Amino acid sequence: MVIRKREVLPMYSWLFRHLPGPLWVRVVLVVALAVVLVGALFQWVFPAIAPHLPFDGGTVDSAPSP
Amino acid sequence: MSRARSRGAKAVGLLGEVMLTLAALVALFLVWQLWWTDVISQRGQDQILGELDQGWGALDTQSIAPPQAGDPPVIDTPEDGVVWGTLWVPDFPRERIPLAEGVDRERVLNVKGAGHYPQTALPGEVGNFSVAGHRNTYGRPFYDIASLRKGSVLVVETEKTFYIYEVTASEVVEPSDVGVIAPDPDDPSAEPSRRLLTLTACHPMYSDRERYIVHAELTSWTKREDGIPKELVGTSAAPADGGA
Repeated sequence: MVIRKREVLPMYSWLFRHLPGPLWVRVVLVVALAVVLVGALFQWVFPAIAPHLPFDGGTVDSAPSP
Repeated sequence: MSRARSRGAKAVGLLGEVMLTLAALVALFLVWQLWWTDVISQRGQDQILGELDQGWGALDTQSIAPPQAGDPPVIDTPEDGVVWGTLWVPDFPRERIPLAEGVDRERVLNVKGAGHYPQTALPGEVGNFSVAGHRNTYGRPFYDIASLRKGSVLVVETEKTFYIYEVTASEVVEPSDVGVIAPDPDDPSAEPSRRLLTLTACHPMYSDRERYIVHAELTSWTKREDGIPKELVGTSAAPADGGA
């Protein structure tokens, strides 16, 4: 009877398995990818979607922005 | 059967993973909005204030400027987006806020500080000098706007002049209520006769459903070359203990 180890995060496990190199290289790669992803989110994605969210208007306007 | 079950379990596992990822993205967005925009904007605003002081020349912090008689001088209409003054609010922990022309979020409010509604009066002018600012995020210059009370002091500083205003009232209105920045907010149809100042910020906190409004009226003005107005004694402009 073979008991397979349950994969908690199948998507990320798949990614981790397919990264090249020994363990430490893959750990470094994952960290680098995460840094790039967060950087892109902070720099471009979040500033682009923030104006569409109703959190922080400060002006009075006859035609309020959405 | 066991195969179908394991496939189902796999799908549930994947769904859970996607939801965890989305939750992490939302959490990251909150970190960005509530913390990172403050870090970036406050750094930018500190730099703007430093550059203003360099351009204007040092302030004589040892002298108390006497109030001037007569009508206050009015600056030329500034160009859109230009930082042309500062707003001192001794009641705020961060007492000094850059004042720029315009209320566009991307070009002014998110990056420069508080913004002057271009169609409203300039400081010292008869009418209603109106200023918008963020209450949360992007440096949140008006974070403590609800702490202002009748009699609280607001000082507008330009290259040559300090304009001293005193808070007269505050209110919460709908975002569409442009009457609050009318030349005379008490009677928008009347000919303005007073020199007023109005601040607008979002309300309640972390929402833009309503607006928090503070009205003030000019009480006096001083020349910047004479030193600081007595209303700013005790602020970072001139510590009450004379420095140190």
